[in-house]
Amino acid sequence: MKKELNDNWDYSSSLEAINHIQLKKKYNLFIDGKWIAPSKNTYFKTINPANEETLAEIASASKEDVDLAVKAARKAYTNVWSKMPASERAKYIYRIARLMQERAREFAVIESLESGKTIRESRDVDIPLACNHFFYYAGWADKLDYAFPNQKIESLGVAGQIIPWNFPLLMAAWKIAPALAAGNTVVLKPAETTSLTALKLAEIIEESGLPPGVVNIVTGFGETGAAIVNHPDINKIAFTGSTAVGKIIQKALVGTSKKVTLELGGKSANIIFEDAPIDQAVEGIVNGIFFNQGHVCCAGSRLYVQEGIAEKVIKKLKQRMESLYVGDPLDKNTDIGAINSKEQLQTIEKYLKIGLDEGTEMYQPKCTIPKKGFYCAPTLFLNVAQSSIIAQEEIFGPVLTIQTFRTVDEVIQKANNSPFGLAAGVWTDKGSRIFNLTSKLRAGVIWANCYNKFDPTSPFGGYKESGFGREGGLHGLSAYLKLS
Amino acid sequence: MEIKSYISNKIPVSPSIDKVGVEERIARFQSRSIKNEAKKQGLNMVLSMIDLTTLEGKDTEGKVKQMCYKAKHLHDHFDGIPQVAAVCVYPSMVAIAKNELRNSSVKVASVATGFPSGQTSLALKLKDTKFAVEQGADEIDMVISRGKFLTGEFAYVFDEIAAVKETCGKARLKVILETGELVTLDNVRKASDIAIYAGADFIKTSTGKIQPAATMQVTYTMLMAIRDYYDETGIMVGMKPAGGISTAKLALHNLVMVKEILGTKWLSNEWFRFGASSLANDVLMQLVKIETGVYQSNDYFSID
Repeated sequence: MKKELNDNWDYSSSLEAINHIQLKKKYNLFIDGKWIAPSKNTYFKTINPANEETLAEIASASKEDVDLAVKAARKAYTNVWSKMPASERAKYIYRIARLMQERAREFAVIESLESGKTIRESRDVDIPLACNHFFYYAGWADKLDYAFPNQKIESLGVAGQIIPWNFPLLMAAWKIAPALAAGNTVVLKPAETTSLTALKLAEIIEESGLPPGVVNIVTGFGETGAAIVNHPDINKIAFTGSTAVGKIIQKALVGTSKKVTLELGGKSANIIFEDAPIDQAVEGIVNGIFFNQGHVCCAGSRLYVQEGIAEKVIKKLKQRMESLYVGDPLDKNTDIGAINSKEQLQTIEKYLKIGLDEGTEMYQPKCTIPKKGFYCAPTLFLNVAQSSIIAQEEIFGPVLTIQTFRTVDEVIQKANNSPFGLAAGVWTDKGSRIFNLTSKLRAGVIWANCYNKFDPTSPFGGYKESGFGREGGLHGLSAYLKLS
Repeated sequence: MEIKSYISNKIPVSPSIDKVGVEERIARFQSRSIKNEAKKQGLNMVLSMIDLTTLEGKDTEGKVKQMCYKAKHLHDHFDGIPQVAAVCVYPSMVAIAKNELRNSSVKVASVATGFPSGQTSLALKLKDTKFAVEQGADEIDMVISRGKFLTGEFAYVFDEIAAVKETCGKARLKVILETGELVTLDNVRKASDIAIYAGADFIKTSTGKIQPAATMQVTYTMLMAIRDYYDETGIMVGMKPAGGISTAKLALHNLVMVKEILGTKWLSNEWFRFGASSLANDVLMQLVKIETGVYQSNDYFSID
């Protein structure tokens, strides 16, 4: 009896329904409260990375379209938004948050369809957090005097915002919510592979009755982004994306009066001490690197394990990886979804090859990977050296490098020995050690006995090549204000 | 009576447990979606793993006999419903249950060692155990001395378990930690390690008399102890969450946890049990719903 009962008990597929979502075949640009066809009438296809099927056609904004958007934003800033009482501005931001919440399920499904992230994450992390950012900053809109007491507070004007494809709606929320709360208007460009939730957000903004031109969404590729960065009538550039593009932006802005914040790449250290709660640390390693297929700027991609427990941690990590499901992002039981694009998959595969060429030991658990679509099995590189390329460069995929260390001083040195400085994780049972490390690690965010925890009240940003400026919390608000 | 010392230096230092991290892991188990075939198979598995239990001062022959019949005939209106794994009774009821369950695969488990508090002498605890075994119990559910544990007398706790194990003979020993009285997960882990290394065949969360009982956090912590012991020695130890698991959904979440921590090898009533009295009917209700598409009221399922 019991043999039959427990034979291969596996989860049946449990697909999230998609019949409730509404997607148009073609999306235009959202400028001045209207949906406008791109001036050059060019569109590009956006696909589902899980099966490579086309989801919709997206307008490609030219320099002229961007100019139109900036003009609309300037007009809205001068005539409406900057003159509106702050408490009224807050109401609009609240309304957007509530409308997003009401349509959370639709947002989650579209986010998973287009970005490849699992429905579990888009449903439980991305969308609720995005709503929370709007709620949080709505609360500050009419309390800026209390947020920054004894200072003269002025909004900046028009903010140009360029966001990446790893957390499409969440990044839009991180950018738009504080900008609006501080009294600015916005021209936002989503990444070319993930425009849909930003466009759905535009629909909600339209529904909310936000005055035309306060938020403009222009879709397109790098040239569209360049047009925003170089536009003379923009007061502030906020960019989240690769370090390479961040450097181009910074060069372009030299000598201009534009304020800028850059949130760039990372190669964050996740440090496990001998006295750590070991099973929870293993879970933290998994959350640190395999969350969102490792497409996370602050992913804990460099693991440092103290030598006394290294063997045990690696064994447990491998065991844990056996129960990770790779597959259809819309299956509620999927732990690791699709890689966002073919290009990104190629980048990851390039690094896997480099790792093997460097003579490092690679480990991937047995897992079935769908034939169609872009997928990468969770990967460990063992016995990695500090001088290995794969331990130095950002891979932006589910790939973890593992190094060992002996002493606290050694691991601080090794963790800081990187051009990046975005995040770090510290796992130990000893409180004093946590505080010692948090003061010595050069990283914008340090998590103690947890990893990849986000909250709208908490500032986020990096050191060194990970960028500058902070988003979230009051720090994030001040980035959209002139304080004197 | 002289206590023989069994404690060895083989017990490892128990790892510390971070409760916040445990809760996060539990949330992942709970977000697993168990549908269709997986649900049906899972629910049948749950039924086959139940230790149908009555542990009351007012237990009588009549009550135990009725429960034993239910153990063999959970829901005869339906084909293919498995029998439960065992019935769990006080030592004085073992002979009755044993007689009722002759010619069936349902085991008889007996609590012993001064259940539920365990506040008696070791000599009496061993006598209690011996009596239950002689009456025909296939399994003994003992309680640890929580008072001794909380005062740091771990060697005493260890030796006591080892002595009971010796008295059990062929009967399998389940060691009840009474996690509701140990309070912290660090304590639960330490007690699990002590019980396992002292010779427990099964570790069990609770008596059912103290709240909270079998929370997923506690069961998770104990499963990790079993996992580590298996990795170290290759020896399998069983797990029995008892008390507080009254819904099919919670039971399925427990199975998910067992599957992902220990593997499908543990998914049989030889290695995993639910100590519960009201769980069976909720599971039956779900199974009937899967087959017929409608929920029936409680009145369509016999209470014992």
